[in-house]
Amino acid sequence: MRGDEILLRSLKQEGVDTIFGYPGGMVIDIFDAMVRTFSDDFKFILVRHEQAAVHAADGYARATGKPGVCIVTSGPGGTNTVTGLATAYMDSIPIVVFTGQVPTGLIGNDAFQEADIVGITRPCTKHNYLVMSTDELARTVKEAFTIAASGRPGPVLVDLPKDVTQSTAQWDYPTSIELPTYKPTVKAHLPSIRRAADLICQAERPVIYAGGGVITSGAHAELRTLAEMTGFPVTMTLMGLGCFPGTHPLSLGMLGMHGTYRANMAVNDSDLLFAVGARFDDRVTGPVSEFARGAKIIHVDIDPTSIQKNIEVDVPLVGDARDALSRLIEILEERGPQTVNKEKLTGWHAQITAWRNEQRLRFDRTTTTIKPQYVVEKLYEMTAGRAIISTEVGQNQMWAAQYYLFDEPRTFLSSGGLGTMGYGFPAAIGAQVAFPDKLVIDIAGDGSIQMNIQELATVAQYKLPVKIAILNNGYLGMVRQWQERFYDNVYAHTDIMCAPDFIKLADAYGALGLRAETTEEVVPVIKQALETDGPVIMDFVVEREEGVYPMIPAGKSITDVILI
Amino acid sequence: MGTRHVIAVLVENKPGVLARISGMFSGRGFNIHSLAVAPTLDTKLSRMTIVTDGNQHIIEQIIKQLRKLINVVKVQDLTDHEYVDRELILVRVKATEDKREEVLRITDIFRGKVVDVTPDTITLEVTGSRSKIEAILELLTSIGILELIRAGTVAIARGKKTPKAAGCPE
Repeated sequence: MRGDEILLRSLKQEGVDTIFGYPGGMVIDIFDAMVRTFSDDFKFILVRHEQAAVHAADGYARATGKPGVCIVTSGPGGTNTVTGLATAYMDSIPIVVFTGQVPTGLIGNDAFQEADIVGITRPCTKHNYLVMSTDELARTVKEAFTIAASGRPGPVLVDLPKDVTQSTAQWDYPTSIELPTYKPTVKAHLPSIRRAADLICQAERPVIYAGGGVITSGAHAELRTLAEMTGFPVTMTLMGLGCFPGTHPLSLGMLGMHGTYRANMAVNDSDLLFAVGARFDDRVTGPVSEFARGAKIIHVDIDPTSIQKNIEVDVPLVGDARDALSRLIEILEERGPQTVNKEKLTGWHAQITAWRNEQRLRFDRTTTTIKPQYVVEKLYEMTAGRAIISTEVGQNQMWAAQYYLFDEPRTFLSSGGLGTMGYGFPAAIGAQVAFPDKLVIDIAGDGSIQMNIQELATVAQYKLPVKIAILNNGYLGMVRQWQERFYDNVYAHTDIMCAPDFIKLADAYGALGLRAETTEEVVPVIKQALETDGPVIMDFVVEREEGVYPMIPAGKSITDVILI
Repeated sequence: MGTRHVIAVLVENKPGVLARISGMFSGRGFNIHSLAVAPTLDTKLSRMTIVTDGNQHIIEQIIKQLRKLINVVKVQDLTDHEYVDRELILVRVKATEDKREEVLRITDIFRGKVVDVTPDTITLEVTGSRSKIEAILELLTSIGILELIRAGTVAIARGKKTPKAAGCPE
């Protein structure tokens, strides 16, 4: 069997039914086989830039939990995937990217469209492969999917020289494989879980700090059970939004630089911080020496390198979050209801409510000029919180995180770790392909949306009804906000008023463009967009110099918070 | 700067593995003082001896990050155990007639070997612990070193048993 056929049959074996990609000389055989032999097996989405293929596969993976798959050509096809790979790597998203490569005999000769993509992507993939023989192909695909989806997931790249896809080998796909050098720890140490239970029973000012790992491991139900049985309040990281219902009375909302006042105050004053599937990122902790100083810390994470990396913890639990939480719940149940004394938390909850009432998320509701927060709030209300939301990066991302409450996991798609502008639109495409009947909205800024705007052609071609809400302030708003606060209002190259007319642009691509310029136009625009069965750009011309608050300046702690 | 650590890393003997390891060190800002690598008896595996430094926190991260690499089989921090380390050097010294005797005497004291002689130079091979190598180099420097090649430290744990892999998270 030819290599191209082995590859595609292997993908079928892995349950792949959707592929994002872009053709080219070194993958021409794979694309040919895809059309001639496998046309019924795969839904192929032709993007307009390889970066978007990776983000779309990433959005697909975040929305479904299944690995996303891309096929692109050698050289520039591969190098265009680097930002997408780095994005997925930072956020632990399982994707498998196949790149074409020049034939094995030409590797190293600076051949046309040759790039050492394995060398280039080594630091931004969980693992990568150069397949040098067709005999290794099937096994390599199996290894790639195994590594991408297990342990702490991440992107894997497989580089395929043209002759490897053209030569033949025996079809022999391994149903399961042993990787002697790769054995992720999934079961946390029982004595440590018991110690965690002891600390939980003693806590008087506890906070659960939940991150993306809860979503990855599918531990949202266990997290909710734990929170409800203990009465512990829950704050989420940006990546964790949706892992605990945002509308739940125990939810404190997001913590960190632009987190809620009550979440950050609660963490600061806590005597027990239960971190699960989160990694104490600098945008969460600020200076670690001042972070949750009075708290004992329990840290559940499947990646041993995350533990004790940024902060010293009292009880490390290396393992799968779902397994650790369910065993912890069992232990707490065995000890009986009296061991977790919810009544002693009454004062703590009262304090949290006081913080909430003292400093709510807020904006001026009296203006004619549109407030961007108002747009997000209305999107939330008018979709009843049921949409899949992707975001770009910057102010749009933070307002989406603050004002759209996520009750379900895998409904908030955002580049958290790398902070990739241009991520949201292709990610929305990936989610929409996975769920054709769901409402998918990209909350964007006028800067970010222009970084992958070419994908309007993709949504037009495949009739994907993705909605884009541009919070258009004519600035690279987050940087402008920093310039306003910390750089004496010198707006160095952040004014982008020179932008396309997004309505005409939508029209040019065959999408619907709508604009709102005053507060009262917001609701009618959203209404029309939601009633439209096709892609829509909503251009909300918002208050130019609105800022994201609260804000804890970089390197500072909650005591230095800027409230408005 | 922290304590010197000698870390033994057993890896798969495959293309690109050295780049993964060195890339991890450089990408995360860790130091490599020396690195020696060659296949083991089982030629599917290679053994690396990496000399690095750092406080306890950094060494713990280095070990965990090494473990996380897919091609790494085993990581041991030999510093936690009794171990023997050796380095091989080749050194060419200026040795005109009046200095030749002295160079040969030093070589003898340090149990080195003369591997090449010219009218003006002597080339020596010396193996030994770090302190021994430092000591002979100090003496030879005063005579005049023309060229020095250090192979990097290799190390092995003492005793019959291979020490347990270090840095277990729990």
